[in-house]
Amino acid sequence: MLEIRWHSRAGQGAVTGAKGLADVVANTGKFVQAFAFYGSAKRGAAMTAYNRVDDKPILNHEKFMRPDYVLVIDPGLTYTADITANEKEDTKYIITTHLSKEELINAQPKLKGKEVYVVDCMQISLDTIGRAIPNTPMLGALMKVSGMFDLDYFQNAMKKVLSKFPQKIIDANMAAIERAYNEVK
Amino acid sequence: MAKKYELNEVEVWDGNMAAAQALRQAQVDVVAAYPITPSTPIVQNYSQFLADGYVDGDFIMVESEHSAMSGCVAASAAGARAATATSSQGFALMVEVLYQASGMRLPIVLTVVNRALAAPLNVNGDHSDMYLGRDAGWINLCSYNPQEAYDLTLMAFKIGEDLDVRLPVMVHQDGFLCSHTAQNVRPLQDEVATEFVGEYKPVNSMLDVSNPVTHGVQTEEDWHFEHKARQHNDLMNSKKVIKRVFEEFKDLTGREYDFVYKYKMDDADIAIFALGTTVESAQVAADKMREEGIKAGVVSLRVLRPFPFEEVQDAFSNIKAVAVMDRSAPGGTFGALFNEISAAMLAAGKSPIILNYIYGLGGRDTTIEHLVDIYRQLDECAKAGERKYPLQQFIGLRGPKLSFY
Repeated sequence: MLEIRWHSRAGQGAVTGAKGLADVVANTGKFVQAFAFYGSAKRGAAMTAYNRVDDKPILNHEKFMRPDYVLVIDPGLTYTADITANEKEDTKYIITTHLSKEELINAQPKLKGKEVYVVDCMQISLDTIGRAIPNTPMLGALMKVSGMFDLDYFQNAMKKVLSKFPQKIIDANMAAIERAYNEVK
Repeated sequence: MAKKYELNEVEVWDGNMAAAQALRQAQVDVVAAYPITPSTPIVQNYSQFLADGYVDGDFIMVESEHSAMSGCVAASAAGARAATATSSQGFALMVEVLYQASGMRLPIVLTVVNRALAAPLNVNGDHSDMYLGRDAGWINLCSYNPQEAYDLTLMAFKIGEDLDVRLPVMVHQDGFLCSHTAQNVRPLQDEVATEFVGEYKPVNSMLDVSNPVTHGVQTEEDWHFEHKARQHNDLMNSKKVIKRVFEEFKDLTGREYDFVYKYKMDDADIAIFALGTTVESAQVAADKMREEGIKAGVVSLRVLRPFPFEEVQDAFSNIKAVAVMDRSAPGGTFGALFNEISAAMLAAGKSPIILNYIYGLGGRDTTIEHLVDIYRQLDECAKAGERKYPLQQFIGLRGPKLSFY
């Protein structure tokens, strides 16, 4: 079982990202779960979303998770949210930031000694989509770091997921995924 | 003519989308609704389908859940297929009309996304609303995941509308843990699903002016008891139709449903009995116990009403210790399921050790670890041949341990 936790602010698209990922993975014959904790969260409130992926039907409905990947799509949450909660020894972190990996670890020392990747999903989504919607670039970065799918396959699958949107938006998302895939370090 | 909706062999739907798609495929004539968290997306999706031309029917936005169920009662009495969705406070406000619907023998379908009842206000899942409506004379079907929410919603129409039944049907799913958790769902294609559900057959339709009828009349002592007795009799006997519909659905899809759901019970010494998503999590815990050589199983109800008394007795026939989990504040006694399971065991002349666990109120997480702890307590009791723990315990509760008896 592969488990992923997203840290996001309500409105940044973590739920859409988690569901989009689930859609793509389900098409390969695997079993998926995508869920989030809302409470009565308002736009901008810190929130978490989750994915589970397995080769057999997923029966586990506990909210508790020891994530294999932690995806942080809002830069500020690295400092204000408990992003290392319930981590495993080999949990991988992909964090949205304009800082280099060294600068980030200096700024948030609890990431020291962990497998950390950085990518500026905010800037990428602003440049490509024109809005701060960092979810699809984060998925591009996740594909690179996890090796889950190669870039072409993933982009084609995401085109299907996004098919209800105008072509311009689909193209912008493809560019965002590709840039994050190439830029994540 | 409604448009055909393009569906993949496998969709990733949450329980709300699954229920909404089943309502769409059932081609409901009238949905009267007043949305409430966490069931809002059921009627939201449905109204979108209707606006996009995928449904031939009417959607009526009303001013309360009392009116939503009243609208369904009126539509159903008029001779139409009617359905709606609700949760929690909305369900509570509907209760008066739930009894009207069943008493008038109107086969309305209500998709219930289970949520806690205030106070304190809480939008998250537990089974308080399900328990509140359990004596309302409806057939109650229980799902544990989005696929089952879809399947059971389709079957609900076929069961309730059968001429030997003519009773309203609720389909329950857990708030958020099912309603907002997207998982793999294998839907039927529109024409297959619509054919399975079948054409609506009006009975004593008020719009049939050549045969004037009245619904919901006053009876007083003269006839009330006979009406209620017949209603109970037909609800008890609806098991025949439920069984037949489950079989027809299995022939169509390969997916198997039964009155009681059992996991690894053939050789089990100890078992957890629960409802909702916990039924699936408990299977993960049971497998962990079995790795240690402890024979653990899981039992649940697929049909809460009519209560499958004999099937429950059979399910536990060789069990040494049972944990009956109730996800609703028991309000001064044992959990309702604990009482019902205990009564079934007593009538069968069996006396396994039965413990009552209150859990998950207001969405409190029930972890695999909690479930493993319950199995360990059961195992200890089973091995000792006597009860080692209080009869009623609260699990996952902060602060000092709370237990009774």
